[in-house]
Amino acid sequence: MYKFYETTIKTQSMSLTEKFFNLNFMYILLISLMAATGVTMLYSAANGSWSPWALNHLVRFAFGLGIMIALAMIDIRFFMRYAYVFYAISLILLIVVEVEGHIGMGAQRWINLGVIKIQPSELMKIALVLALARYFHTSSLQTIESIRGIIPPAIMTLFPAFLVMIQPDLGTALMLLFTAGMIFFVVGVQVWKFAVVLVAAACAMPIAWHFLHGYQKNRILTFLDPERDPLGAGYHIIQSKIALGSGGVFGKGFLKGTQSHLNFLPEKHTDFIFTMLSEEFGMVGAVFVVLVNLLIIAYTYSFALKSNSYFGKLVAIGLACNYFLYIFINISMVLGMLPVVGIPLPLISYGGTVMLSVMSSFGIILCVYINRNVNLGKD
Amino acid sequence: MNRDNDKGKVLINRSLIVGIGKFVLLMCIILRLYYLQVFQADKYKTLADENRISTRLLVPPRGLIYDRNGVVLATNQQNFQALIVAEQTPSLQKTLDAFKKIMPLTEAEEQRIRKDLKSNKSFVPIKIKENLTWEEVSKIQLNASDLPGVIIDEGLSRYYPYGEKMAHVLGYVAAVSDKDVKDDPLLEVPGFKIGKSGIEKLYEKKLRGKGGNLKSEVNAYGRVMKEIEKKEGIPGERIDLTIDARLQEKAYDLFAEKDQSGAAILLDVHTGEILAFVSAPSFDPNVFSKGISSKEWKELLANEKNPLSNKAISGQYSPGSTFKIITSLAALEAGVIKPDTRFFCAAKMVLGTHAFHCWKRAGHGSLNVVEALKHSCDIFFYETSLRLGIEKLAEMARRFGLGSKINIGLENEKSGLIPDKAWKLKRFGETWQQGESLISGIGQGYILTTPLQLATMIARVANGGYQVTPTFSILNQQDKEHIKKIKINPRYLDMVKQGLYDVVNVPGATAYRSHFDYHGIKMAGKTGSTQVRRITMKERQTRILKQEELPWKLRDHGVFVGYAPADNPKYAVAVLVEHGGGGSTAAAPIASKILLEAVKLDPSLNDGEVQQSFTPYDLKKNIIPVE
Repeated sequence: MYKFYETTIKTQSMSLTEKFFNLNFMYILLISLMAATGVTMLYSAANGSWSPWALNHLVRFAFGLGIMIALAMIDIRFFMRYAYVFYAISLILLIVVEVEGHIGMGAQRWINLGVIKIQPSELMKIALVLALARYFHTSSLQTIESIRGIIPPAIMTLFPAFLVMIQPDLGTALMLLFTAGMIFFVVGVQVWKFAVVLVAAACAMPIAWHFLHGYQKNRILTFLDPERDPLGAGYHIIQSKIALGSGGVFGKGFLKGTQSHLNFLPEKHTDFIFTMLSEEFGMVGAVFVVLVNLLIIAYTYSFALKSNSYFGKLVAIGLACNYFLYIFINISMVLGMLPVVGIPLPLISYGGTVMLSVMSSFGIILCVYINRNVNLGKD
Repeated sequence: MNRDNDKGKVLINRSLIVGIGKFVLLMCIILRLYYLQVFQADKYKTLADENRISTRLLVPPRGLIYDRNGVVLATNQQNFQALIVAEQTPSLQKTLDAFKKIMPLTEAEEQRIRKDLKSNKSFVPIKIKENLTWEEVSKIQLNASDLPGVIIDEGLSRYYPYGEKMAHVLGYVAAVSDKDVKDDPLLEVPGFKIGKSGIEKLYEKKLRGKGGNLKSEVNAYGRVMKEIEKKEGIPGERIDLTIDARLQEKAYDLFAEKDQSGAAILLDVHTGEILAFVSAPSFDPNVFSKGISSKEWKELLANEKNPLSNKAISGQYSPGSTFKIITSLAALEAGVIKPDTRFFCAAKMVLGTHAFHCWKRAGHGSLNVVEALKHSCDIFFYETSLRLGIEKLAEMARRFGLGSKINIGLENEKSGLIPDKAWKLKRFGETWQQGESLISGIGQGYILTTPLQLATMIARVANGGYQVTPTFSILNQQDKEHIKKIKINPRYLDMVKQGLYDVVNVPGATAYRSHFDYHGIKMAGKTGSTQVRRITMKERQTRILKQEELPWKLRDHGVFVGYAPADNPKYAVAVLVEHGGGGSTAAAPIASKILLEAVKLDPSLNDGEVQQSFTPYDLKKNIIPVE
């Protein structure tokens, strides 16, 4: 019986040209569409000006596009082989940041390499997916379903998540945990184990609450009741909902968002850019962005299904989860469905690190796609 | 291998579950978008507009007040103030120093400016100095290059060209206080002023107008980005008063000349229109609209002549002998005296154990009612009152407007007092004494009247018994036709009027010294004096002190009521001079001059030759009539 996920074994390497024409251009088009949306909104956020954000964003995207294609050209076996090394490097950087990081946005998140600043937590998002994929690729289902087999990947997840948490960057830490959680789920860890972890987490909640920073507590309380402090912490959410709601079905028009242009909307070029988009282009624009992102995730899933290797499938699914979390957390946050955690909307929000990290993910996903027929076997 | 296949299957199955989960979550987002952007869109659109639109009330110009001839009595004066916008000046200190070189600022002023600058955003204009003169404004404009960020702002403030002469008619405007009913958002505007007394208060609603709106778009910091909509308000209505500024000014000046305290009211006898309405001394209402200092306020309060009290309606005085008009009419109507009834005045009359004296120590001898009015004989009216009784007297007094409020609309109007038996029983729990009827008959005792009531009384006598009511609003034809007639026999009125004519025009009568003859036009009237102190028996036996020998506070009030022309009355006047001595010496001359002026200015009494004694008030250049 033919099984669609079992592809023919093809071991010979492809040439670079072959690989290039094997890129999924529809996928790249969808990504570019989102980046273009970002440029458009950043142009509007600056009151109709290419500076300071829109042009920079475009340049970064072009750079990201280069990195994406470069990563796509790499042999998937390379990622497989160096997954742990990559993870180790990310972990070390994360520790370095913790020890002597630079202060930025009240949290130690950056490492300055002179030319560029990098955020190890962003690297870790990819490195963790690769490392877990590598681990589960080599484990048997029996191992996965055993408690002993689960401990190493659990530690691989919890240690960096803890480091990120104490930076403190709750949002990214949770993203790491959720991404890993989804990988654990798809590889077949029993549902009851998740239930146990959830119950344990619920019990630990009051203790965790104690360790949260004041502003983190505030964000959660404000999420639960935005009117609690309408001019302080709740201001962002209230103004965001006003901007969104007043946009209506078709929006107020490009460059005509009153909430954003009169500065009622905070952080309109970063975390709240989706709000600005919804104000100017209405529900039509907002649904468009959600649907394009849904398509990007669907494509990634199809790549995973077509991949011949367990590692490839898991990498694509893991990175798709990571991308989904960005989209979902950011939009839910500005819609007042989740607390404000400082997660940007990838490809659209202004910010170099996230652009780089997301484009790298896409590069690795495309690499999985190009190498879909490569059988990695067992290491 | 089998297990590996299972591992792959698990991965596919679980991935699909996760994929479906993601799809569902993204659909939740779309539902949420629908909820916010479609279902609640209107709510949020309103909130967004509330955010961005700031509405500022535009204060309409206050209505102007004119006299009956179109002379402006209250106007709006342009008021300049210097403001500073912090963000428009490179150095606040330098600019303020430069400003101080042009115009000194007090320490307190500078402190206030600094405080205001600190507590406001840098684009908000802060007041440096207000009420600038033209000169000061041009100085600032000349030095504009040294004063970056300093702007001149024009506002309107109330101005009364006649100042204190009109104060008790017009009242004044001042800042809204906590006590005022805030029924109009205009009252919340900082610096807005409303009528606090007089006509300004009476016609507040009409004079105020309706506020306009200026809608502008503001950003999150409150800075105005652009004007969206401007709706002009409705300016306040103009008010035309019955006052004749020339007569008002004349009347006030007559008091001011001798620094006298009192009141005068001039009425049109046919309509009741108030031509002059004076209470002296007075105050300058312009000081109030600018904001009065506590020193000035204390001075006004401490003045023994009480400039803040409107004596024309709030002062209650015994009418004195002017009340004999009422006594005569009541007695004639009741039939207790006939036109030819004569009583003998021997200067003294005894009732029971009490002696009643006539003002003339030698006595008047035998008189009828006309002669008694002419000489103001007390004994005649004692005899008359004795026969008449208080009830009929009080009833006649009320017919002529005494004892109750006229209700001309100004605040603190008093009702005066016309006593009767029921009143006394209620007030003191005692029965009425005959002696009290006697002194009531000559306008003493419990009787109290306001100068306005006296003017009403004399106007109703002069016009032949029409029930005119004093008013500040000009009567239309219909109003004039609807004036009711008082039930009184015109023959009795004529007899009284004969007496009043004699009072002024017969040599030796009480007001002869104040008579005039202007191309045959004469006046008629009645004097009155009210004692402020009691004359003791001892003093009566030796020598009654002359008025001039007494301290001001103990001198008699002088009263005069009169009208002109005597044969065909048109103007009625009531004058009260507080502690002025007698009615004939203090009040009659003032009344005479007011009536003469009214007659002179009346074109219908001058055969077309109008005496132009009126020079238009010197309106200052910077008064802009706003209509």
